[in-house]
Amino acid sequence: MSLSQIINLSLFQAQLRMATPILLAALGGLLCERVGVVNIGLEGIMLTSAFFGVLVTYFTSSPLLGFLGGLASGFLWGLVIAVLTVRFFGNQIVVGTGVNVFGLGLSAFLSQKIWGSRGASDAVSGFAPLRSDLLARLPYLGPVLNEHTFLVYLAIALVFVLHFFLFATPWGLRLRAVGENPQAADTAGINVFRYKTLGVVAGSLVASLGGVFLSLGHLNFFAWGMTSGRGFIGLAAMIFGKWTPLGCLLSSLLFGFADALQMRLQALGVLPSQIILLIPYLVTILVLSGFVGRAVPPARYEPYRKE
Amino acid sequence: MRLRLTVPVELFAIGLAFLLGMLVLFLTGYPPFSALWALFRGAFGTRNAIGQTLTQATPILFTSLAFLLAFRSGIFNIGIEGQFLIGAFTAALFGISFRGLPFPLHAILALFSGGFGGAVYALFPALLKVYLGAHEVITTMMLSYVALYLTSYFVNYPLKAPGWVAQTELVAPSARLPRILPPTQLSLAFPIALGLAFLVLWFLERTVPGFSIRAVGANPEASENRGISVRKYQILAFVLSGFIAGVGGGGEILGVHGRFVDGFSPGYGWDGIAVSLVGRLHPLGCIFASLLFGMLRAGGMTMTRVTKVPLDLSLIIQALVILLVAAPVLIEQLLTRRRKPQKSEV
Repeated sequence: MSLSQIINLSLFQAQLRMATPILLAALGGLLCERVGVVNIGLEGIMLTSAFFGVLVTYFTSSPLLGFLGGLASGFLWGLVIAVLTVRFFGNQIVVGTGVNVFGLGLSAFLSQKIWGSRGASDAVSGFAPLRSDLLARLPYLGPVLNEHTFLVYLAIALVFVLHFFLFATPWGLRLRAVGENPQAADTAGINVFRYKTLGVVAGSLVASLGGVFLSLGHLNFFAWGMTSGRGFIGLAAMIFGKWTPLGCLLSSLLFGFADALQMRLQALGVLPSQIILLIPYLVTILVLSGFVGRAVPPARYEPYRKE
Repeated sequence: MRLRLTVPVELFAIGLAFLLGMLVLFLTGYPPFSALWALFRGAFGTRNAIGQTLTQATPILFTSLAFLLAFRSGIFNIGIEGQFLIGAFTAALFGISFRGLPFPLHAILALFSGGFGGAVYALFPALLKVYLGAHEVITTMMLSYVALYLTSYFVNYPLKAPGWVAQTELVAPSARLPRILPPTQLSLAFPIALGLAFLVLWFLERTVPGFSIRAVGANPEASENRGISVRKYQILAFVLSGFIAGVGGGGEILGVHGRFVDGFSPGYGWDGIAVSLVGRLHPLGCIFASLLFGMLRAGGMTMTRVTKVPLDLSLIIQALVILLVAAPVLIEQLLTRRRKPQKSEV
């Protein structure tokens, strides 16, 4: 086996594909953290939306409706998390843990009920990859950027939209202000609760896009625990990206590479799968501890209580 | 961070979680009442059922004490599952090797080696957190996956016993923890876990390091000003937490399975988090809460067998308990129907 069997253009194509769910998780986490809520429930949100994406597609045969179903579940999670952490001052880590356990339990429960297996659902028709002949003619970059599902391009577009929104619009400024200094924001007449809720719900929605990508844009079925830590890796990508959308994009590409390499090596069967599967997790730990330095979050992670 | 809750809040949360669980059953077309009845019968109905409940409660009591100890110092050790697995693995290795050691000594040393394995595995995220600022929630989570795949690799390849099951050889009989309620699997690990709960209580309430751990968790700045090193005591609490989780893993191997079986833990480490919270982050509360969750696990198996309700219903109920306990203000308001103290001005 030669190195070119491992490292070639299709590896980078897979890198972009595998970076997508991590990027969407990172962007979702970013929106939540910018308003002062640590959302470790991203994993559960993604798993739930991956599940409902497949469930709705299975019953309607329409991936588009499945996509909306997945988003709806992310929206609902956003509301629940916002109510518990913002409105009722619940502990953010505890709430997130509850979301993760619930996502795992509910998806397995319903999967058993509907498909008779808690391991995997039946296959559904997911989103087809888009192909541009013009892009295909571009050397090197073409094959990497071409033939992805629309969710990949949507994720990249979101990076720039969010960057513009957060740093160049008055709404973005208010969103950040609510996280950085809720007292001052309140004094300035910003409705702290409304913006915090908005941030959490929007963040959960973005993360649920990542879940839908996994089940409808990548595998085309639901598998037990299929997010396999990508929600947490997304949080790591967000920290490594210094809480900015562009930073999230770059760090997600790094983690996406680890994931793509893992899949490639597994397909080639060079080492036992258990060892290869470790790669993304080890890379995450190394990146978090080695390269970041002491990360300074942009917000205070406390419930805001009005005096 | 609210640590003082009142008893009714947890009881109400548990009751509400069960009700919502029944609602899930109803909506998905399962018979809620007979399922719940099967669950309770499977948990308390017979002597064997009670033995099963206590057997299931044992590892959960260990992991909840582990979570509690780290939490008291302000550390979220949500990677207990990983430390539990590593502890189980090292205890199994110790039990397989060193044949010829006499009975109680071999078992005790094997249990301690499990604790040691868990402690070392918790030392990594502790040092990464304290010296490099790597968030322990993410690192311990990642390390749990690492532990899962690493132990799976070892029992699938180098340490696999002959046969088609991915498991190690049996540990030596001298390393086994005796069964105390035959024919059930209840072993000496259960009384050990109970004793440990009281030990943790004594440690936190009556010793200087225990006090320092609580001080660091309650107010790091004030502790540092008074000369209590936050770093030192967070590392100590983290490592002790890993130690307890590791002993729990060891107890499971030496008491129940007798060998390390791939995928033997259905998530006892995650259960510990919920149990700890429901037990009000108090060692004695953990005893009661672990019995409740042991009941869910033991009764859940009977429920699945009798009524075909998927076992994951227990997980849903557990998640609901966590979510409801996370925001005590919500339940306090539901209970007292007090006027909302916090009017959002929408």
